[in-house]
Amino acid sequence: MEALAALIIAVLIGCGTYLTLCARTFSVVLGLSLMSYAVNLFLFFSGRLVTGAPPLATNIGATADPLPQALVLTAIVIGFGMTAFVVILALRALGELGTDQVDGEDEKP
Amino acid sequence: MNHLIMIPLLLPLAAGMTNLLLVRKGIGPQRLVSVLTACGLLAATLLLLVRAETGHIDTYELGNWPAPFGIILVLDRLSALMLVLTAFLTLPVLLHACSGDDKLGRDFHVIFPLQIMGLNGAFLTGDLFNLFVFFEILLIASYCLALHGLGPERTRNALRYVVLNLIGSSLFLIALGTLYGVCGTLNMADLALKVAGSTPDQAPLLRAAGLLLLAVFGFKAAILPLFLWLPGLYAAVLPSVAALFAIMTKVGVYAILRTQSLIFTNHGPVPEAAGLLFPVALATLAAGSLCVLGSRRLRVLLAWLVIVSVGTLLAGIGLWNVAGISASLYYLPHSTLVTAGLFLLADHLARQRGPAGDVLESGPTMSRPNLLGSLFLLGAMAIAGLPPLSGFIGKLLLLNAAQAPIAAWLWPVVLGGSLIGIIALGRCGSVLFWKTQGDPLSGPPVSWLRLAPAATLLLTAVALSVMAGPVTTYTDAAAEQLLAPDSYINAVLGRGTP
Repeated sequence: MEALAALIIAVLIGCGTYLTLCARTFSVVLGLSLMSYAVNLFLFFSGRLVTGAPPLATNIGATADPLPQALVLTAIVIGFGMTAFVVILALRALGELGTDQVDGEDEKP
Repeated sequence: MNHLIMIPLLLPLAAGMTNLLLVRKGIGPQRLVSVLTACGLLAATLLLLVRAETGHIDTYELGNWPAPFGIILVLDRLSALMLVLTAFLTLPVLLHACSGDDKLGRDFHVIFPLQIMGLNGAFLTGDLFNLFVFFEILLIASYCLALHGLGPERTRNALRYVVLNLIGSSLFLIALGTLYGVCGTLNMADLALKVAGSTPDQAPLLRAAGLLLLAVFGFKAAILPLFLWLPGLYAAVLPSVAALFAIMTKVGVYAILRTQSLIFTNHGPVPEAAGLLFPVALATLAAGSLCVLGSRRLRVLLAWLVIVSVGTLLAGIGLWNVAGISASLYYLPHSTLVTAGLFLLADHLARQRGPAGDVLESGPTMSRPNLLGSLFLLGAMAIAGLPPLSGFIGKLLLLNAAQAPIAAWLWPVVLGGSLIGIIALGRCGSVLFWKTQGDPLSGPPVSWLRLAPAATLLLTAVALSVMAGPVTTYTDAAAEQLLAPDSYINAVLGRGTP
């Protein structure tokens, strides 16, 4: 399961990096979202992978670590807020600068 | 527990919320709330400074959850210094903004206090994840402030800034996840113990996390390979916002100093990050100095001076001795306040020059060249490090702190950087004030009242030189406290309070 989790994160980060490097606002936003999914998964997995264990301390056996879940919840909320901001900013930049290049300058022919 | 520690967080939050309710009531009440908040913050942080000065480390456990399980705020000498600096910078910048910049959008007085809250929180928190949260608060406030006033140039630079910062935040979270996976905690004091007691097979992961954190904080502080976002942004945003942003890079410096002195110490199991600091700082200083010389606009030049000051600060921290860190802590308030003052002054100069703006070419004569010129001379002397002002004292302390083999690297770079700064600022001043043509633009001359915030910030250079004795006593004590993190760890984890 660890290998699969690592593979998922690697693919997400890889695709996110590729899209971000495209330097067009739409693909950059998509890339940032993919990266933040990968980061959230990574943060979630940092409490070790367990199945079928409750996230609260009980007196029966193993528990899942509750702290990463709290962390990832905060990170998701912040990530959504930031993504929404960058989407609006990208729209504004498209209207004001007339290009969807992240640099705000048209590509040189 | 001392509830006063919460004031720097609660007061700006309350001010921001109040101003949100007042948005429809016009700008007057909002200005009043903001200015009163800034005054209250200054008073509260000065009280905190007096408390921290005794060397006692105050902690505040939110919701009474004991560390390392709950969120904790920690006030030591360094945090108190940064809080007072923030409050002291806020008031003049706010007053300057009240002379017109805040009317360009409705939400200036809502966002501005939240920015201060994010800054204060980042300085107070004793928990790495909370540091991330406060970073995000100050960043989203800074995005809004950077866009305040709008215009294509601002949008272009803000978009770049936002995207880069989002990538930085992702890296920050990856570093936090790695640290949590290895150590099972994110409380900084607890992390310090866990990292110090780590096994050799944990070292590679810790090394990766430490270097990632250094990269993230280095990006905020604008160190060498990661600073290209800064000059364009600082030159494009409103002058009062640029003056406030003078402290944003120092948050990065603070975070580097805090994590490297506490968690990844240079004598701990993972010394790489601490060892990298000094060469990177010198490279930043050198590159920044060269770019200062090549700037064609006053505000771009000032933005590069911000980078030079970051290099100087980190060089002092990278020495990892009491004298070096103390020199940096003395240089930190000086560079922040004087740069902010110069940004505000550049606003006045640009208004006087009309269409020429802050481009360094001949423009119309200014209406009060003597007054503006004297202030510019004062700021330029302070930031370039000419005696008898505080920049000179800070650099002298820094040069004095370097030991024999390191000094051979530090002295030429710092002194060369100063020389280049003097040349660039001298050229800039002669173009602005001497190479003028034509009569002053029509319109009222700049008044004392409007000039007061910029003048106050620039005159702190004089005050810091006069007060150099007490200030260096304080920074020495703060540096000693930082290099002996045991008292911090004991205070946070409550193991036999000193």
